[in-house]
Amino acid sequence: MATTMITTLDRSSRAVARGLSDISIRNLFIIPTVLFLIVFNIFPLIYSLGYSFTDFRASTNAPANFVGLQNYRDLLNDPYVWSNFAITAKYVIISVAGQLLVGFGVAMLLNRDIPLKGLITTLLLLPMMLSMAVVGLFWKLLYDPSWGVINYALGLGNFEWLADPKMALYAVALTDIWMWSPFVMLLSLAGLSAVPKHLYEAAAIDRAGPFYTFFRITLPLVAPILMIAVIFRTMEAFKTFDLAYILTSQPTAELISIRLYKMAFQEWQTGRSCALAYIVLIMVLAITNIYVKYLNKVKER
Amino acid sequence: MAAVRTSSEIGFNRVAIVAVLLVTIIFLAPIYWIASTAFKPRNLATTIPPTVVFQPEISPFVKLFTKRSQMRSPPSPEEYAAAPWWERVVFDGGEKIVRDGKDQVQWSGYPSRFLNSLIIAITSTVLAVGMGTFTAYGFSRFKVKGEADLLFFILSTRMLPPVVVAIPMFLMYRAVGLNDSHIGLIILYTAFNLSFSVWLMKGFMDEIPKEYEEAALVDGYTRMEAFFKIVLPEAATGIAATAVFCFITAWNEYAFALIMTNRRAQTAPPFIPSQVGSGLPDWTVIAAGTFLFLLPVAIFTFLLRNHLLRGMSFGAIRK
Repeated sequence: MATTMITTLDRSSRAVARGLSDISIRNLFIIPTVLFLIVFNIFPLIYSLGYSFTDFRASTNAPANFVGLQNYRDLLNDPYVWSNFAITAKYVIISVAGQLLVGFGVAMLLNRDIPLKGLITTLLLLPMMLSMAVVGLFWKLLYDPSWGVINYALGLGNFEWLADPKMALYAVALTDIWMWSPFVMLLSLAGLSAVPKHLYEAAAIDRAGPFYTFFRITLPLVAPILMIAVIFRTMEAFKTFDLAYILTSQPTAELISIRLYKMAFQEWQTGRSCALAYIVLIMVLAITNIYVKYLNKVKER
Repeated sequence: MAAVRTSSEIGFNRVAIVAVLLVTIIFLAPIYWIASTAFKPRNLATTIPPTVVFQPEISPFVKLFTKRSQMRSPPSPEEYAAAPWWERVVFDGGEKIVRDGKDQVQWSGYPSRFLNSLIIAITSTVLAVGMGTFTAYGFSRFKVKGEADLLFFILSTRMLPPVVVAIPMFLMYRAVGLNDSHIGLIILYTAFNLSFSVWLMKGFMDEIPKEYEEAALVDGYTRMEAFFKIVLPEAATGIAATAVFCFITAWNEYAFALIMTNRRAQTAPPFIPSQVGSGLPDWTVIAAGTFLFLLPVAIFTFLLRNHLLRGMSFGAIRK
C-alpha cells in the first residue's frame, strides 16, 4: 500500500514536471472526438429540425416560411408514406427471416469437423464485404429475364424479377439475404462453438433424440447471440437504400429511405423531407430502445 | 465422443459436407460470374445458354479506361499495324479510341473515380482510426464522467439512416461550399467511421495489460511516451483490423457519395451504376469496373481473415 502511494505521488509529480498530466491527456484524447461527432451528427439534426417546420425548398432561393406542424400532419395523413413504411416493414421481415434461416442453417452444417472449414468461412464472408450499390448492379445482370444466369440455372425462362411489381421487393430481399446471411452464420458459429460439449455428451448418454438436443440444448444457448444478429440486421435492413435503389424502380419496392431521398433530392421538398427524416429518426430510436432492452436481458443471463 | 459414432452419424456428416460445399458454390457463383464476365468478349457476355468456357480477353479493361467511338469504316491496314496492342483490341470490337487535338488518348471517367475512391477512403480511414485509437485509450485507461453514456452517444451516431443525416449535411455543405469536394466526403466518412473505430479499439485497448505502461512510467517515461512506445505497438493488430473495417465501409459507401458529389469528387460506387444508362449496356465493361473495384476488398478480406473474424464477432458480441 505504502509503495503504491509513493509511486502514485512520484508519478504524478514527475508527470507535472515533464509532460502533460493524465487529466489533460485524457481530455486531449477524448474531447476532439466527442466535439467532432457533435458537430457532424448532432448539429445537422438540430439544423434539420428547424427546417422541418418550414416549407423550405433547396432548389429555389425563396426564404423559408414557418408552417408549424403542417409538414408532420401532412406526412402522417399521407397513405403513400404509410405504404412506404409498410413496404419497409415487409422487406425487413423477409430479409431478416431469410438471413436467420440460411445463416443459422449453414452454421449448423459448418459446426463440425469439416475439411477446409477456415477457407470456406473466409470465402463466405466475401459477399458482405462488397458495396451494396455495386452488388445491386451486378445482380441486375444476373436477374435479367432474357440473358440472366439465374433464370437459366433455375429453368425459369423469361421470368421477370425486377420489373414485376409483385416480385421486385422479394428480389431485392433475396439479394440482401445473399449478402448478409454470412453475417448471421458468423455470429451463429461463435455462439455454437461456445455451447459446452459436456451437455451434448450428457444428452447422448440419456439417449436424447436430435430434435430434443436441438430444441432443448442448442437453440436456448445460441438464442442470445442470434437475438443480437437479428437486431443488428433489423436496424441495417431498416436503413437500406442503395441495394433497392439500384436494383429496381418499382413503386412496390420503394423503401422509406428511397422515398426520403426522392422527396429531398428529386422533388426538392426540403422542409417536408426534414420532417419525414424526423419521423424515421423517431422510429429508429424506438427500434434502438428495443435493442438496448434486449441487450440488457441478454447480459443478465 | 468419436468412439460412439454410429454409421448414421457418419452418413449425416457426409451429407453435411456436401451441403456446405453446395452452399459455398451457390454463394460464390455471383462473384465468379462478374469476374468471368470482366474477361469476356462483348458478344459472349449475354448469350443463352451462358458461356462458361471462353478465351479470356483484356479488352473490357481497355474499354473501361478509355473513351471510344463507333468506327464508321474499318481501320486501314497501316493504321491497324501502327496502333499499340491495346488499341487493336478496341479496333477488333468495332470501335476506336477517341483522341484530343494533340493526339493524346482520352481517358474515361473511371480512373479518376477510382482514384477519388482511394484518396477519400484512405484519408478518412487514417483520420477515423487515428482519432479512434486516442479516444479508445482515453476511455480505456482514465476515469471519465458518464463514460457509459458517452460511449453510447458515440455508438448512436452510427444508428441513423444515412439519408436522414444527408439532407441537413447537404444544406450545410452547400452553404460553406464543401459540396463535390474531397474534403467534404472525407469529413463525412470520418464521422461515420469514428464511432465504430472507438468501440473496436476500446476492446483491443482493454486487452493490453495496464502494467506495461505502468512499468514504463516507473522507468521515467511520460504518459505520452508510454502511449506511443509501449501501447501503440501492442495495439498494432487491432489498429490494422479496425483500419480494414473503416476502409471497407468508406470504400463501399453509396448514399452520401450520390448526394454530395457529382463530378470532381465522385467516387466509384455512384459512378459505375451511372454508366449503365439506357439502351444495351456493354456488360463486359461494367463487369470490368466492378471487378477492379471489388479487388482491394477481396484481397484485404483474404489477408486479414483471422483479424476480421475476430473483429466482427467482437463488435457484435461485446456491444
